Amino acid sequence: MRYLTARKRAEGKGASHTGTEHHWYMTVSSVALAFLVPTFLYIFGRTLGQPLEEVIATFSRPFPAILTALVVVIGMRHFAKGAQMMLEDYTQGSLRKGLVILTYSISYAVTAVALYALVKLALIGFLFANMAH
Amino acid sequence: MAETKRVERPLSPFMIGPYYRPQMTSISSILTRITGNALIIGTILAVWWLLAAATSPAYFNVANAVATSWFGDLVFTGSLWAIWYHYLAGLRHLLWDTGRGMEIETAEKLGWAIIIGSVVLTAITLILV
Repeated sequence: MRYLTARKRAEGKGASHTGTEHHWYMTVSSVALAFLVPTFLYIFGRTLGQPLEEVIATFSRPFPAILTALVVVIGMRHFAKGAQMMLEDYTQGSLRKGLVILTYSISYAVTAVALYALVKLALIGFLFANMAH
Repeated sequence: MAETKRVERPLSPFMIGPYYRPQMTSISSILTRITGNALIIGTILAVWWLLAAATSPAYFNVANAVATSWFGDLVFTGSLWAIWYHYLAGLRHLLWDTGRGMEIETAEKLGWAIIIGSVVLTAITLILV
């Protein structure tokens, strides 16, 4: 038995068992995304529809590559936790657990694929630049 | 020392429709959730396109054909509006978190601002890119 009063044990935890941690994460990531997304939209929108050489040239430059990585990493965590909130509102029990795990898995998979692609594009761009000389 | 009691927690009821007539506040709220979750589709298409670009010219041609087809245009244009809607709705949440803008009249005006603003920002983005 832990020598904690019921009030002390409950304080700040709420129905989520983690207090306001979830809400605070959504707040922090939303502010980050608010700064990142407009520039990302401009770069992505400009690059979409270009030939492969242009796509590689764009995403092997540091700024577009790092910006895209940040948008994907923060965006996918923001998505996973936001989708989790929806699932917790509308589902219960094992179905809820399964769907939250699936959502987290998809988010991590998308993040990993995007980071792999960005690293590879940077390396391809580096090789192109050095073969030209 | 209270015993930990397991309680069967109720689901949050879905109010719009059977119990509540649709209002600006409820509709602009549910649209925030819909746009945020729907954005996974455009994200997966964009990341697949990026992966294809990093893989081979042949694979890029396939992904690029899909991404620039009518289907790709539909997904990316829809996602663009969804991003701007979710963006402005998120700013509204940040404002609400400070305790401001909670009056019904103000909240309804903010709802219109989000809807109109998201369409305007989508159009501006489409012109710029």
